[in-house]
Amino acid sequence: MSPVRELCEVLERRRAGAYQALTVVAPRIAEAARPGQFVHVLAGNDRSFPLRRPFSIHRVERPGAALGTVEIVFDVVGAGTRALAGLRPHDVVDVLGPLGRPFTPPEAPQGCVLVGGGYGTAPLFFLAGELRAGRCRVDFAVGAATASRLLDAMEAKRLGHSLTVTTDDGSAGRRGLVTDPLPDLLARTGAGRVYACGPMPMLAAVSRVAAAAGVPCQVAVEEQMACGTGICFSCVVPVRPEGSPGGSRMARSCLEGPVFDGTAIAWAELGFPDLETVG
Amino acid sequence: MTPAPVDLGVDLCGVRLRTPVLAASGCFGFGREMAGWVDLAALGGIVTKSVSLEPRRGRPTPRMAETPSGMLNAIGLQNPGVEAFCAGDLRFLAGAGATVVASLVGRTPEEFGRLAGRLDGEPGIALVEVNLSCPNVEHRGEVFATDPAAAAEVVAAVKAATGLPVLAKLTADVTDLVAVARAVVDAGADGLTLINTLLGMAVDVGHRRPRLAAVTGGLSGPAIRPVAVRCVWQVAQALPGVPIVGTGGVVSGEDAAEFLLVGATAVAVGTGSFLNPRAVVEVADGLERYLAAAGVGSPAELPSLFKAER
Repeated sequence: MSPVRELCEVLERRRAGAYQALTVVAPRIAEAARPGQFVHVLAGNDRSFPLRRPFSIHRVERPGAALGTVEIVFDVVGAGTRALAGLRPHDVVDVLGPLGRPFTPPEAPQGCVLVGGGYGTAPLFFLAGELRAGRCRVDFAVGAATASRLLDAMEAKRLGHSLTVTTDDGSAGRRGLVTDPLPDLLARTGAGRVYACGPMPMLAAVSRVAAAAGVPCQVAVEEQMACGTGICFSCVVPVRPEGSPGGSRMARSCLEGPVFDGTAIAWAELGFPDLETVG
Repeated sequence: MTPAPVDLGVDLCGVRLRTPVLAASGCFGFGREMAGWVDLAALGGIVTKSVSLEPRRGRPTPRMAETPSGMLNAIGLQNPGVEAFCAGDLRFLAGAGATVVASLVGRTPEEFGRLAGRLDGEPGIALVEVNLSCPNVEHRGEVFATDPAAAAEVVAAVKAATGLPVLAKLTADVTDLVAVARAVVDAGADGLTLINTLLGMAVDVGHRRPRLAAVTGGLSGPAIRPVAVRCVWQVAQALPGVPIVGTGGVVSGEDAAEFLLVGATAVAVGTGSFLNPRAVVEVADGLERYLAAAGVGSPAELPSLFKAER
């Protein structure tokens, strides 16, 4: 289905640890949304002309028995997210969606490891539900700077066969990076797929670990974005191969992503070690 | 009394447009991306993202920064090159019945001429827009529109290579815009597009570094609309009869009317499409309502209704 613009009533806004969760009534978006896709939300509606902000879809309730709702999770980092954090039930927000390419589930049931960093864990719960409906085993590895910045660890525990937690400061789980326990987890579960969402350095590291283990890996990137519809060319990521200058081409993450194969991204051009240079 | 019916159609350099509201270059991709959001054939026209002879990769990220009532961008003219454009997007647009304005960009007058020649025989192009003013280039010398003689040289090369009407897109980042406008019209430009983004810069004070990877970028959105309206007014006064496409922060029908009142023949919606994928359609609808409420039957009547003396 092509994406739509909906003027959505706010159903609920709540705190989710260090983050904010916003649930809006968006029946057409909720009907069509797939895990990994995003919505593009207008951050206010005044004469100061705020741009939209992209958010991965955290949860949907399909329309039918329910109203048809979409939930997003965000960190208050600037004026736009501050405006969104000030929304109250019955306020109206302008939302485009569902946008972008979703995660691709395996064709046959397989073990899947879902790796999330901070609020980047948001789309992985939606994905876990779909994978489990497809009879896949799901194991979670989540990390954050500190315990309060882990998103819904209890929910991950409920949805997954196992949950591995890491924090930079050791305030929850083991101290370190989310990628530290990943090789063991992949080996122990015999996983056939890795799905990851979080900051770019984490996605680069997860792609490296997965490639070294020979496990296909899909990552959902977060790039700055103006339009969300493919017309502004802001949200590009260098991808390989193809014969354009520099050995890679700039792909719009709103259209070709936000989900990419970990092996498709030209990590070296983003300042990270390339996958081939490892192992 | 029922208001007179409004006909939004206008003549731009001999080309009949369904409405005087176009999609601005660089703000509507190559048109194809928007086929799911609007009826491409119903728009006044689509000015494509600028096309060069060879593919261009564009700048690294971040390419965009939000600023008060607008945004900065430094995309760097990413495009697949003229051959891929002709084989893919142009063919699609022609098939969709869109009125296509092909935007050209080159590093030398000779490159512009070759591009115009390459596109001259292609079906489906109504007009050519010469991008003389993109601020996101590697050398300021490529911003031809900062120098009347250089701008005129490019326009002359394009005119010699194409039979299509030619719009020259100029920048307000000059001391004497009228001098540049006069030079390109004397060199054969059939019309003008005013204005491109204004060169700007924004700083991330937390990290103490520029917010754009390219350091500087083009400012667009409602923040620049008063500058754009002033430019259209000045040039329309100095060069009466030269068709002008006004662009800069148009997000409503009233915004479009501002430009038409001061002498523009048409307007182009740019950054507005980033917030609202249907902005080009909705601006035209808003303009129609404005004209109907004012009892004006055609957008072409607006300049004669403008009261310059307050």
